[in-house]
Amino acid sequence: MDLTTAQAWLKRFFALIEEHKAYLSELDNPIGDGDHGHNMARGAKAAEEALQAQTPTSLEGLFKSVGMSLLSKVGGASGPLYGSVFLAFANEVKGQEVIENPQQLFAAGLDAIVRRGKASVGEKTMVDVWSPFVEKLAEGVSLEDVEAMVLATKPLKATKGRAAYVGARSIGHIDPGSYSSGLFFKAYLKELA
Amino acid sequence: MKKILNAPQDVVEEMMQGMAEAHKDIVHRVGSTRVLARNYEGAGKVGLISGGGSGHEPTHAGFVGQGMLSAAVFGDVFTSPTPDQVYEAVKAADKGAGVFMVIKNYTGDVLNFEMAKDMAEAEGIDVDFCITKDDIAVEDSLYSDGQRGVAGTIFVHKILGYHAEKGASLKELKALSEKLLPEIKTIGLALAPAIVPEQGKPGFELADDEIEFGIGIHGEPGYQRVKLQPSQAMAKEIYDKLSKALQLQAGDDVVVLVNGMGGTPLMEQYVFVNDVLELLKKDNVSAAKTMVGDYMTSIEMAGLSLTLMKLKDKAWLDALNAPVDTIAW
Repeated sequence: MDLTTAQAWLKRFFALIEEHKAYLSELDNPIGDGDHGHNMARGAKAAEEALQAQTPTSLEGLFKSVGMSLLSKVGGASGPLYGSVFLAFANEVKGQEVIENPQQLFAAGLDAIVRRGKASVGEKTMVDVWSPFVEKLAEGVSLEDVEAMVLATKPLKATKGRAAYVGARSIGHIDPGSYSSGLFFKAYLKELA
Repeated sequence: MKKILNAPQDVVEEMMQGMAEAHKDIVHRVGSTRVLARNYEGAGKVGLISGGGSGHEPTHAGFVGQGMLSAAVFGDVFTSPTPDQVYEAVKAADKGAGVFMVIKNYTGDVLNFEMAKDMAEAEGIDVDFCITKDDIAVEDSLYSDGQRGVAGTIFVHKILGYHAEKGASLKELKALSEKLLPEIKTIGLALAPAIVPEQGKPGFELADDEIEFGIGIHGEPGYQRVKLQPSQAMAKEIYDKLSKALQLQAGDDVVVLVNGMGGTPLMEQYVFVNDVLELLKKDNVSAAKTMVGDYMTSIEMAGLSLTLMKLKDKAWLDALNAPVDTIAW
């Protein structure tokens, strides 16, 4: 994946966020504070504007720009989590013209989420889709796989993040951060297809 | 909703501008950022910053000035500031000896401040921090993993600020914070909810004759709702819990803070503190210093919180009593 394709990937992701923002916030309602979709959409819009204002000339520059936009505009916990992902991506692709090792790239993103959010697998957070996605990436992962990973967060009981407050009541709801991460992966897979 | 506003979405921006203009002898706004920094330079000293969602005024910017905070960062109402803005506060506070951050324990605040720490360290600024969690009312809460940071945080601002001014290092401030934090405990109570301007409706509901013990400074649920009772009974309910948590014994010295939540008159706060001081006397615990007033509010919530700090070290009292040049201490 080169700079142009990576840009198309992120553009596709931003469009998916905009398209699903009401649903993402709805997912956030019963187990969070109901603003995930709108916060992410605000960040996506800022990221698009920043990319338009200054066209990045490298993969590193692209990820850094998006990371900073999300950091400064999303807020809550998702801002620093997604921001950290993109800053880790930027670090990973330093000096690369094409993404040389996608699995390593996403692993760096996962690492950043784990470090920032201090969550592990099974706590009903973004980690629950990032972790299986990174694992499956080497052998090939489909859109259906991603869908399944996102849905698999439904029966989990939240013990980290804001959803932990509702504890057992979080069971039966898809984790909104996992859903938006699913959109991120789907955008990636579609761009490669 | 009836508030003195121009537009709800401009409330933080205009409040900041107002504070900076009104108190330009003490603070200034850093460019167009969400940061108010002190005019006093403090060259070579560790910078001390704090911040969080707005709506708790005079916290945090009211405590910016010589001898206390170097800078404060403003989030939207009841919303954590973003990392880039916290980073701006770190940069404004850095005078060559690093920056210490006082973070209240809310998931968003902790994430965003830690992220700012990484950003600052990438630019070569040393940063350390402590996380206040003085509210013992509930274990986990709506916005926090573990206990919440509330009014007792201002003791940390003041005592660390005193030592930063005296030239303490980052490491020394960290060590001091670790001694201080376990000795500060708080519980709040609410009579009526607050309204976040952009939401336009109360964050929770309480019947006319009801109060809630253990409420958080964002209206997070407490531990018990009861019928309105005399101040003496409210004071006893909260005092007993704090006294037990601090294991107070006859002969101990404490600092008392009765903190108004924004919608409770000083008249009532003094009635309440009178009851608290009676309870302390009965237990032969001495109030070495007593503070009453609106220090960490929850917009216009009616209610108050009681904080007790056990004076394990008498020097903490000197640090609290030392003069400062701030808007609100």
